[in-house]
Amino acid sequence: MRKLSDWTKRMAKYHNAYMTAGCVLSGIILLMLLVGIFFSPYDPTQMDASAKLQGISWKHIMGTDHMGRDVFSRVLYGSRVTLIIATGTVAIGAGAGTLIGALTGFYGGIFDEIMMRIIDALFAFPSVLLALVFVSLFSTGTYEVMISLGIAFIPSFARIVRSEFLRCRNMDYVKSAKMQGATDLRIIFLHIMPNIRGVLLSSILIGFNNAVLAEAGLSYLGIGSQPPYASLGKMLSDAQQYIFSAPAYVFGPGIVIIMMVLGFSFLGEGIRKVQG
Amino acid sequence: MRYVLKKVFMMALTLVVVSVCVFLAFHVIPGDPATRLLGTQGTPAQVEALREQMGLKDPLYQQYFRWAVSFLHGDLGTSYVYSQSVSSMLASKIPITFSLAMMSFVFMILISIPLGIYTARHENGMADRIIMTVNQIIMAIPPFFSGILITYIFGMMLHLFIPGGFISYDISIGGFLGYLIFPAIAIALPKAAMATKLLRGSVIDEASKDYTRTAYSRGNTVNGVLYRHVLQNAMIPVITFIGMALADMVAGSIVIEQVFGIPGISRILLTSISNRDYPVVEAIIMGIAMLVILINFLVDMIYRIIDPRISD
Repeated sequence: MRKLSDWTKRMAKYHNAYMTAGCVLSGIILLMLLVGIFFSPYDPTQMDASAKLQGISWKHIMGTDHMGRDVFSRVLYGSRVTLIIATGTVAIGAGAGTLIGALTGFYGGIFDEIMMRIIDALFAFPSVLLALVFVSLFSTGTYEVMISLGIAFIPSFARIVRSEFLRCRNMDYVKSAKMQGATDLRIIFLHIMPNIRGVLLSSILIGFNNAVLAEAGLSYLGIGSQPPYASLGKMLSDAQQYIFSAPAYVFGPGIVIIMMVLGFSFLGEGIRKVQG
Repeated sequence: MRYVLKKVFMMALTLVVVSVCVFLAFHVIPGDPATRLLGTQGTPAQVEALREQMGLKDPLYQQYFRWAVSFLHGDLGTSYVYSQSVSSMLASKIPITFSLAMMSFVFMILISIPLGIYTARHENGMADRIIMTVNQIIMAIPPFFSGILITYIFGMMLHLFIPGGFISYDISIGGFLGYLIFPAIAIALPKAAMATKLLRGSVIDEASKDYTRTAYSRGNTVNGVLYRHVLQNAMIPVITFIGMALADMVAGSIVIEQVFGIPGISRILLTSISNRDYPVVEAIIMGIAMLVILINFLVDMIYRIIDPRISD
């Protein structure tokens, strides 16, 4: 009983406008995704030539596309693809980046210097271009996009974690842990890492947003998931020419992308406002 | 002076490392160019002869040096698909993409700096809160989506320009620039939003520091303090960001060019990728990498000018 009321008091701190908005938006998106896994109004690939480019109706919540497929079902499927790619990207980028940043930040020395030079060279290179290079060398597809974007995101995470480690490694609690005989690995993962939680969390959220936007841009260009199982960006590129005749086709996927990114950035803002 | 030399050396080193990586990526991983050129009609003897002629039998580092030296001389290689020199293919496209990136850059600065300063001054006022929320929303909109919206609203509804009706600069410079305004805005918006937020945060941070209070207590006006003291220090993180943003804008223009139908580098890059025309892709990627490294170097130089204490 004591634990529950403690927790609710801590959670009550998190009440502000941004958090509410963020939770609402992210909640809608998550709901869409979960529902989409089990049930969708139509098969996303089912074409119906007689029902091309219809507007919003009770039968088709977002209308139909130029091949007669239900836009809403395709959006449900496409947002899952986008989310998977974004999550994979952040997992690779944050995972490898944190490791690299922690090691170089903690140990320093020549290893740090060399690593940082390589990272800096990679850092400024636009992620979209790296993905394009990857795709031109290997083939296009969901996993290639995930890996290349993940690699492109490593530098920013590495930098952030590295500067946090540089800041923390001379702190008293680290020194005392060392004196008590803790191994370096233990210090890194059990002492310093937990103190970086806040910064890491907000970086991950920002990274996630950037990943969603980057993936959308790439799939707009036709790179990534291939039709008919296309992701949201690809849908937008198909829909572009029909903006006058079937605006729902354009605005459906577009608004969903915006909601996804907005939801998480509001969440991030909300958390930031609490931590100060 | 030592700082400058050190940075020049780092820049050269990075250029070499990056060029080696690019070379390795495009010469080791893809298949054998000779086989590709001759296709299925080539006999093994012909393929071997062609490989000898193309210099593919030389050790890798020789091939690298040959490529690097000719690149620096402007010979960017020959396209696999069109058998034309890459530089001639790219020559007419580069100015277009360059102008687009430049315009976006100018727009980003024009929007973000005044707004950043204004919102920092009136922190937590009505205008600040509205602008910040609008900022968040803009950052969530993918640039190509805002490009599509702009095409729709300004092109088809307000008829301010004809979507897809790109006007080349040899026909009319005014028309050329006028057409590029809209894609430039599409690219600039998200970056301007980020820059505004960054500048605002930075100015607010600086304004709470001791030297600001000292300046006020010595009788400086708010404007005086702002523009002569705070802004200089606040600009440092913003300049880092602007440098990165410029590189991102080149990438952004790749997507936006497709939205507005602009015949810049984007189209060639994408078609070359799907055609597996590696010399073209390699040249473009190398060119962009060189540009990015150069921009980073310039940013480092600007740091030194603003804050002479920086010595890395």
